Amino acid sequence: MSTTNEKDWPLWEIFIQSKRGLDHKHVGSLHAADARMAIENARDVYTRRGEGNSIWAVQAADIHASKPEDQGAFFDPADDKVYRHPTFYPMPEGVKYM
Amino acid sequence: MPESQQAAQFQAKVDAEQKIEPRDWMPAEYRQNLVRQISQHAHSEIVGMLPEGNWIGRAPSLRRKAILLAKVQDEAGHGLYLYSAAETLGVGRDEMVSQLLSGKAKYSSIFNYPTLTWADIGAIGWLVDGAAIMNQVMLCRTSYGPYARAMVRICKEESFHQRQGYDILVTLSKGTPEQKAMAQDALNRWWWPSLMMFGPSDKDSPHSAQSMKWKIKRQSNDELRQTFIDRTVPQAEFIGLQVPDPKLKWNETIQHYDWGEIDWEEFNQVIRGNGPCNAERMAARRKAHADGAWVREAALAHAGKKAKRSAA
Ligand SMILES: [Fe+2]
Ligand SMILES: [Fe+2]
Repeated sequence: MSTTNEKDWPLWEIFIQSKRGLDHKHVGSLHAADARMAIENARDVYTRRGEGNSIWAVQAADIHASKPEDQGAFFDPADDKVYRHPTFYPMPEGVKYM
Repeated sequence: MPESQQAAQFQAKVDAEQKIEPRDWMPAEYRQNLVRQISQHAHSEIVGMLPEGNWIGRAPSLRRKAILLAKVQDEAGHGLYLYSAAETLGVGRDEMVSQLLSGKAKYSSIFNYPTLTWADIGAIGWLVDGAAIMNQVMLCRTSYGPYARAMVRICKEESFHQRQGYDILVTLSKGTPEQKAMAQDALNRWWWPSLMMFGPSDKDSPHSAQSMKWKIKRQSNDELRQTFIDRTVPQAEFIGLQVPDPKLKWNETIQHYDWGEIDWEEFNQVIRGNGPCNAERMAARRKAHADGAWVREAALAHAGKKAKRSAA
């Protein structure tokens, strides 16, 4: 949605995995001419204090998002299915490990 | 949905402490206000590198040099986090940079004062970063999500900045009489400009009420300034330095320091561009931007060529 002109380096969204075994988490964005520069610059700005060991860079233009104004209707189907949660099922007294 | 209803929903969200995210509906003035504030903040981080950069090559030891370099590098990162946050509001990076270079956009006027001695680097870390932290801690809870997230990241890095500055002054104040005098002189010159960093007094700050209602700001300029004074004066006393304010005195009744008056005429002069280093700072930024133009173009050309080759 930001205004970019031809001479601008494209915008990249940066995701960092802080430790092996964890998810990559969005940390911010930066401009870079290509993917390699995006990853190297992300290392320099977002991992100066050992914040991560793996970086993903995704061009912002390639990200598709749900619409906030449709939020209610879009996520509605999940609202009335309480039986998807374990607390929906009362357990008889004395039953263990469930 | 009619705009009045959207506005009511927006304010309800803010009141309920829910963050506003880039694609949410927001009042045009909220957006403008944020763009102005965040880009000004970003410019301050970038211009703020200049007075300190001035001393990297002259730091008194390799250790101090490495520390100062790391600190200034952090400030570049802060500029980037903030520009990125502002970009989520629909303003382009090039647009913000050109507003800075044309003089249309403002940056914190503290950076228009010169760094005359090594002790000034101590005073900047302790007082200038210290004052900035007060503001930034508050902004970690600001209502606009990307701005708040950038602030959390920045605050994690800032406390090292303040400590390294204080550490320089601790060392100087334990040194020779000349070194101690140098530390005192730095405090004399940086104290009042640091207090000005919190902005005009509440009664002269017309936008503050709206910013508070939108929860962009959560504490007033005067509140933050008083807290800063209350915290900082004992730190000065601890290293035997004297705060240059004859009216400064602990008030037992209100449990705060009473203090003198800021020279608002000086503040306005510096904002208007008549501070000691305004022209020098702008010239340095313009030169850096112009000198880097060929690099930006070459990188883009190279990326284009590589993309074409891998497509073929
Ligand atoms: Fe900073
Ligand atoms: Fe800082």
